[in-house]
This record gives sequence, structure tokens and C-alpha cells, in this order.
Amino acid sequence: MKESRLRRRYRAERRYRFYGKAAIAFAVCFLFFFFVAIVSRALPAFSQHEVLLRVALPDNLLKNLSTAEGEDANISEGAARRMLDAALAQELGGGGSAHERRARRALLTPLAALDLKRRVENLSASSVSSLSPSLLLPSWSLSFALSSSSERFLRAQSGGEQVADPALSDMQRDMLTALDAKGLVAKRFNLAFFTRSDSRVPSAAGIRGALLGSLWALLIAFLLAFPLGVLTAVHLEEFAPRNRLSALIEVAIYNLAAVPSIVFGLLGLVVFLNWWQLPRSAPLTGGMVLALMTLPIVVVTARSALKAVPEGIRNAGLALGASHSQTVLHHVLPQAMPGILTGAIIGMARALGETAPLLMIGMVAFIAQAPATPLDPATTLPVQIFLWADHPDPAFSSRAAAAILVMLCFLVAMNAAAVLLRQAFERKRQR
Amino acid sequence: MSMGLVSEIALVSVFRRRSSCRNPARIANAAAFVQALVAFGLVFVPSAFARDRLSIVGSSTVFPFATVVAERFSLSKGVAPPVIEATGTGGGFKLFCKGTGANTPDITNASARMKVSQLALCRKNGVDKVIEVAIGYDGIVVAQSLKGKPFALTLPNLYLALARQVPKEDGTLIDNPYKTWRDIDPALSALPIEVLGPPPTSGTRIAFVESVMDKGARSFPSLAALRKRNQRAFKQAAYALREDGAYIDSGENDNLIIQKLRRNPQALGIFGFSFLEQNRGILRGLSIRKGENTVAPTFDKIADGSYPIARALYFYVKAAHLERSSTLQAYVDMFLADDTMGEDGFLLDEGLIPLPPQELARVRQAVASRRAVEAQNLR
Repeated sequence: MKESRLRRRYRAERRYRFYGKAAIAFAVCFLFFFFVAIVSRALPAFSQHEVLLRVALPDNLLKNLSTAEGEDANISEGAARRMLDAALAQELGGGGSAHERRARRALLTPLAALDLKRRVENLSASSVSSLSPSLLLPSWSLSFALSSSSERFLRAQSGGEQVADPALSDMQRDMLTALDAKGLVAKRFNLAFFTRSDSRVPSAAGIRGALLGSLWALLIAFLLAFPLGVLTAVHLEEFAPRNRLSALIEVAIYNLAAVPSIVFGLLGLVVFLNWWQLPRSAPLTGGMVLALMTLPIVVVTARSALKAVPEGIRNAGLALGASHSQTVLHHVLPQAMPGILTGAIIGMARALGETAPLLMIGMVAFIAQAPATPLDPATTLPVQIFLWADHPDPAFSSRAAAAILVMLCFLVAMNAAAVLLRQAFERKRQR
Repeated sequence: MSMGLVSEIALVSVFRRRSSCRNPARIANAAAFVQALVAFGLVFVPSAFARDRLSIVGSSTVFPFATVVAERFSLSKGVAPPVIEATGTGGGFKLFCKGTGANTPDITNASARMKVSQLALCRKNGVDKVIEVAIGYDGIVVAQSLKGKPFALTLPNLYLALARQVPKEDGTLIDNPYKTWRDIDPALSALPIEVLGPPPTSGTRIAFVESVMDKGARSFPSLAALRKRNQRAFKQAAYALREDGAYIDSGENDNLIIQKLRRNPQALGIFGFSFLEQNRGILRGLSIRKGENTVAPTFDKIADGSYPIARALYFYVKAAHLERSSTLQAYVDMFLADDTMGEDGFLLDEGLIPLPPQELARVRQAVASRRAVEAQNLR
């Protein structure tokens, strides 16, 4: 009788432990699956095929360059396109009909001619003064990014699969195979993904603008929410008398922490944009909205961190003759700091992933330039992911996955900072 | 800025009252912090009023075209790229008609023509002259996976498949009983009706309902009579899509619809022509049948108007901003240039169906002469 009950209890014990392990294993599997799915999708975004072409500079341009009057070396987009056409025809042969020219040009990205124009202008601005004219060669080897359909074709080919992608004609496929056979096509690390901002051309699209936008917005949110939140928490916890008013404020703050974020966006639209006339789409406004959103979280976590400081520390401080605020500032707050910081960083991490409130204040937009100040228009990382995921060109969905990876790294860095800061404070406290 | 000063005084006085007897250093700290905040505002905010970059809002259908033009505009002219928000056509007009000045958009994109009420709102807020710029057409396609068996549908077929209520023989409306395409027309396949499409807030949905459901419903005598009698009752009957699972509302994300079609060859999806163009390797657009003719959704058929599900795209510019900003003028000129939407223009690669040449000439003329849109033209 007794034996069997004991055995049952052991069995139950083992069962519960198994449940716990199974739950963890399930979560790990899920996380692993999620991670593998994102990484495998993101990988194509980190490399880019480029083709090396010998571009012949037209005579009049060479003359301008050699007379060192660099400013006159501006060329029109049409002229750049003709130079590109000539370079492509030289490598690929073929006729000069408009149709064939267009077919060849479509192998490169739609921005190739503008890219060439910019490079020629840079050349005239920089190298003329440093190089002697005789060093300027009449032709110039440059690499150009391939269009997203060429990119898809080359990837499929190197993967050994045959896809009939109707975006390319048979003639274009033969051209790509010929270029590849000549060894002119190279696969490079896609640096543009980190150095450029949003673009409609996948090979020119990058996350720099979104990353900077996120950084600015978070910085402003932190600068506003952290001091205000900590001051509120200290006041409510240490100084405020326990009466109806403080109870009301407490309830209000707990409620605010649960308000859906889009509501803060509406508040930002009405107060910051319409009333205070702050600029639309700017990280300043976005940061202020995110600060409103994180403020209650900071207050709530800071209060519980303050509550966890033993009463004895306050009593000891007061007994030694320290004033109330000296006790709080010199003894209680440093004790509570690790908890406060953890809370603040978790609040910031939530703000980093937020899109809904930014929608209301115009940060969900196509912005092709990185913000230099918090008043320039900008998007944030989650907004960029949202915009790219909705793009018809499949090359952008791999960029969305890559941006998710970058955002995950950002989040991990923030959480690691929270852990490190806590450890640093704890070590200081023990000393 | 008076706001900032008021809040500073209020905050400082609160700190004084609460803790003046306890710690003067803390008051100083807090006051310094508040002052720093206000100073931050004083230095930065006024500079926001001078805006050198264009601000564009409006339709998410025009968004892909506008962004391509904007990017090239900024690269070739060396100016700051315009900021383009996809707020939807209605949301765009709301922002656009708020007034003139640096804090309001210069342009709103629209996938439907401006309404008289929207023009009235603009006028009320001092936006007197609004110039209408038609840019072309966008087809709406009903597409399926390449793995599915191709078939053609008529507009009444689509209406019967998707309407919440359909007319019986005697003309009374009943809840939609059709489960398979064969129930509607014996010549069609026996596959179940399963259509993925945009939500009610989408411009694509509105255009689809107005061109397909409206025309489809009118082919039934009882509904055509109802339309003559009572416009509103007709719209209620014809424009409501079914909610029993045959029509699946798939959110604003057209890529999601494409992913689902790829996995399910039986299903059909509704989205803009440009998405079909970009996914030709996976999808096929269904032909629309009218009498003996079937018309496939191709570039040429949408351009010449023989494919029936299409809508015009526009953008609207404030004449007052056009006078003040040469950048805005340059952007509009670039949008209407031959390089952009002519025969060989780059917007055609994005799936835009351009205006016919004489129509384009008329639009250019309207911009050059600053001809504003009038209420009687919008009706």
C-alpha cells in the first residue's frame, strides 16, 4: 500500500520533470526553426553579383578631364547610357537595334547609367588633381551590379536548377551565360546593404537609414523616458504621501503600461504634430512617442526595483543623520539601479520593435536618405522590414529577412548591455 | 515655444513645493535638466519649418511608381529625395487638404479620382488651386498558380461567386449558395470557390468592387431595376462580399496572397497588375470573357481598354506650392517626361500602363497653364 503510493509519487515527479524538459525542447526547436528559416532567406541579400565592364570614355570628356577643368566633366544620363551600351556591346557583340540595346541594358540594374554618371563625375572631381593627364586611360574597368532577375538566374544556375523565369528572354540568358563564361561576373559581399538607405532597386537598397533612424529615435526615447521615469518612481516610492491622489496616479500608470501602442501614436499625431507643429516623419517625434510608450514600463519596473531595496538601508541612512533625499540618492537608488536599468532596457527593446505608433506620425514612408539629425525624415528597422516584405520584387523579401537579422543582433546587443550593466553595478555594490 | 516655457515653470514650481526644504541641489539639477530639454527644443524646432525636400502622401497603389520616380529624381538632380508615405487615397486627401505651407504635403497620390467633398475640404482650408495629374492605368487581375488549370470567367461569374447575396430567378435576394465554380456555370470546373483578396480598406478592393461587382450585378434585370430605383440599396446588395469562407480577406499584403496561391493551385487571388508582372514565373492571370471574346490581363489589353478591370491613377499638386518651389516643378516635369512614362519609359517596367499620347499632352498642358480642377469636372 505504502510502497505503491511512494512509487506513484516518484512517477509523478519524473513526469513533471519530463514535462518541463519537453517544454524547453519545444521552445528551442521552435526558435531553431525560426532562426534557420530567417537565415536561409536572408543569405542571398548579403551577396551581389557584379559584372566587370570596360567603359570607354568619350573624347570630349577625356579632353575636359586632361585640361584639369574637372567641373566641366559633368555628363548627362543619356550620355552615360550610351557609354554603357557601347561597353555591353563590346563584350556581348550583337546588333545595335533599340530592342537589343534594351535587352542588354536590362541585365544591369535600372540605376546603372546613373551610377556611371556619378562615378565619372567623382573621377573628374577627385583624380584629376592627383593624376597626371597621361595616366588617364581612354577606357576604364568598372563593375556594375546585375539586375534582380539576372541575379535570380545566376543563383539558380549555380545551384544547378533550371528555372524558366520569364523575366528574362532566351537571348538575355545566353548573354548572362556568356559573361559568366568569360569570367567577368563576380559574386561580392553586398556592402551596399549596410552603407546605403532605402531604394527601389534591390541591389542599391540598404538599412543604413533605418538603422540610424532607430538609433536616433531610441536615443531620444531613452533621454526622455529614463530620467522622467526614474524621477517619477523615486518620488512615488520614497517621497509621496500615501493618499488618494498617489493611489490614483499609481492606477493610472499601471493602466498606461497596458495601453496598445497605436494609441500613443494617435496622441503623438494630435499633440506633437498638430499642436506643437513638430516635423512629420522625424525621429525626434518618433522618439517622443516611443518615450511616452516606455515611460510607464520604466516607472513600474523602477518602482519594484526600489521596493526590493531592504528597509534597513533607508533606516540606517536616516539614523546616521543623512537627509531623506541623501539617503535615497546615495544609498537606495544605487542599490536599485541594476533593476531599474534592466527594466529600462527591456522597455527600449520593446520600443525598438514598434511600428504601429510610428505609422500615425508618418515614419512609415519611402525615405532614400539616411537622417543626419533627429529632425530629418527617417524610418526605423521594423518599418523598413514591413515595407520590404510588402514589395512585389522577391529580392526584397530576402532583404527583409536580412534586416530582421540585423534587428535581432541589435536586440541581443541591448539585452547583453543590460546584463553587463547589471553585473557592473552589482560588483560595485559589493565592494 | 511658449509651450516649453510654461511647462518649465510648472515643473520647476512643482519641484520647489515638494522638496524645497529637503535638498536645494536636487532642485538645481532638475531645473537644469528641464532647461536643457527646452533649450533642445528652442534650437532644433524652428529649423524644421524650412523644408527643402518634397513631401508626398497618398495611395499605396501609386506608391511603387512615385518612389521609383523620386529616387531617380534625387539621383539625377542631386537634391534631397522626396519623402513618400503610403497613407491610402483617402488618408492622403485628408492630409493634403489640411492647408498650404511647409507643414503640409505638396502632392497626394490617388488611385481614384478626387471626390467633390474632398475638393470642398481643400477649399475650406485655403487650398484653392489643386492641379490634377493623370499618370496612367493599373489593371486588377484575378490570378492563379501556374500549376492550376487555366479557365476564363465572365464578370457575372465573378459577381455570383463573390457576392454575399445573389438574386434568385424571381429576383429576390438570397444568401450566396454557390460552393463550386460548376454551380455557377456548368461549363466551369468543379473546383471549390476559394478567392484570396484585399480587405475593405484597400483601394484595390474598392476598385474591384466598383468595376467587377457593380457591372456583374447590373447584368441581372432585378438588380439593374433596383439600381435605377434606389442607388444605396443597390450598392448594399451588390458591393458586399461573402463572409462564409469562399472569399478570404488576406490583409494589405499582396505578397502573402502570392505565397498562398503558390501553395494552393485551386485558389484564386485578386491584386494589382504590377504584382502579376513581377511574379510571372509563378502566376497566371485569368482571362475575362465577354460573350465570345476572352481577354487576358496583358499590358496591351489593359492599355487599350479591352481588359475590363482597370482604374486610372492620379496625383494632385498644390498650385501654390508649385509657384514657390522649383524642386516641385522639376519633380512633376520629370514624372511627365518621355523618359519616365513615354513609350520606353522606366515606369513601364514597373507595370504602369501609360496614358495615350494625346491624353499625356493634355495633362502636360494643364500643369504648364496651372489649370486647377473644378467641382463640375469631378462629377
